[in-house]
Amino acid sequence: MRSAHVETTINGQPAEFLCEPRQSLLEVLRDVLRLTGTKEGCNDGNCGACTVEMDGRIVPACLVLGVEAEGAEILTIEGVAQGSALHEVQRAFLEGAALQCGVCTPGFIVAAKALLDRNPDPSEDEIRLWLANNLCRCTGYDKIVRSVQAAARIQQQESAS
Amino acid sequence: MHWIDYARPRTLDECLRAFAEHGSDARALAGGTDLLVQMRTGRRTNGVVVDVKAVPELNELRYDRDAGLTLGAAVPCYRIYGSETVCRLYPGLIDTVSMIGGTQIQGRASVGGNLCNAAPSADAVPALIALRAACRIASAAGEREVPVEQFCTGPGRSVLGASEVLVSLRLPPPPEGSGACYLRFIPRNEMDIAVAGAGVAVTVANGRFADGRVALASVAPTPLFVKAAGAALRGEPVGRAALARAAAAAKAAARPISDMRGTAEYRRNLCEVLTRRALERAVERAGVSLA
Repeated sequence: MRSAHVETTINGQPAEFLCEPRQSLLEVLRDVLRLTGTKEGCNDGNCGACTVEMDGRIVPACLVLGVEAEGAEILTIEGVAQGSALHEVQRAFLEGAALQCGVCTPGFIVAAKALLDRNPDPSEDEIRLWLANNLCRCTGYDKIVRSVQAAARIQQQESAS
Repeated sequence: MHWIDYARPRTLDECLRAFAEHGSDARALAGGTDLLVQMRTGRRTNGVVVDVKAVPELNELRYDRDAGLTLGAAVPCYRIYGSETVCRLYPGLIDTVSMIGGTQIQGRASVGGNLCNAAPSADAVPALIALRAACRIASAAGEREVPVEQFCTGPGRSVLGASEVLVSLRLPPPPEGSGACYLRFIPRNEMDIAVAGAGVAVTVANGRFADGRVALASVAPTPLFVKAAGAALRGEPVGRAALARAAAAAKAAARPISDMRGTAEYRRNLCEVLTRRALERAVERAGVSLA
């Protein structure tokens, strides 16, 4: 049984790992690299809990093979905060009580950050459509949507000041 | 998942050699949004996964005024709706790539993969049929071109031979006075499989339909090209009467089954409504007012 050697960039840092070709990027992140912030939900691309950014696009890490990370730039939830300074989306989620059990939260935050990176002032409809690939069984979504709107306002205020 | 070997060819030649060597044991990996799920659940057992995303020909997205659009089989949805040219010239294609899955799936899933997966419900395929797409298929032995309406042969099955690869789709340049649209019905707002879908394209000249094409999703073992619906449009004055006859032809051609997503009767009725509404939108996109 041959394992593959993969060199990649994770959260801005060079990283390398060995994995079997059948292992998903999600398995590699959690089981090999111990980056357990990325969660496993459905493992078939429906729930968005394992959302990571790969070369600037959000993707379900369960539907990417670990070997596909070769040469790629990956951003996981662990790379969203700058040291101890939380990202605006993380702050807004905390202040807006946008999480209960928390399993969907890393995926929502990575996805919401990617939206605000592209569109600093999304409408409610744009937020709901962008996040349609992320499921939450606790909050009913309204607090999540309002927190993304709040994060957008914080970012706008901070970039204006 | 069962053990797999992984190959990432950098050239089309290298890719075709891998398929020549491994035959039906090889399966192309583009976005993996269908393939990896099918392998995990044991529905596909291929031993060799050939990642085709590094092959330039499968990554091409290029418009030429004479040749039309070359859409590499592995180009993910987001690159297609990220192209201003494609958005302007092929709104019927944009309808589909912006509704397949959600944002994350669109970051991976390709139109070529949607076609090769050959699901009866594939959203991209009716629009491709309406837009007269042709499939460029290659193997180590040579190349052939197949009209997209002949590509799927049954649920999960296509004309692709064991050592063949879908390289790209070619969509002719949109004729003057043309418009296209894809609509589907799902009980949710997004992230669902079509209960039924209709992809249409029309060309209008001097107040009459010079051309019309209609194809349906989820109402037959393969995406269904409804020639009779196009025939109901061609030569007719642009108006609601012609649209109603084309929609009735679509309903008559549908051969749906009843399942958890909808009954056969419901789906037949959907075919009529979706075809009519998609045609209304296509006529509007062709720059003609129906009022």
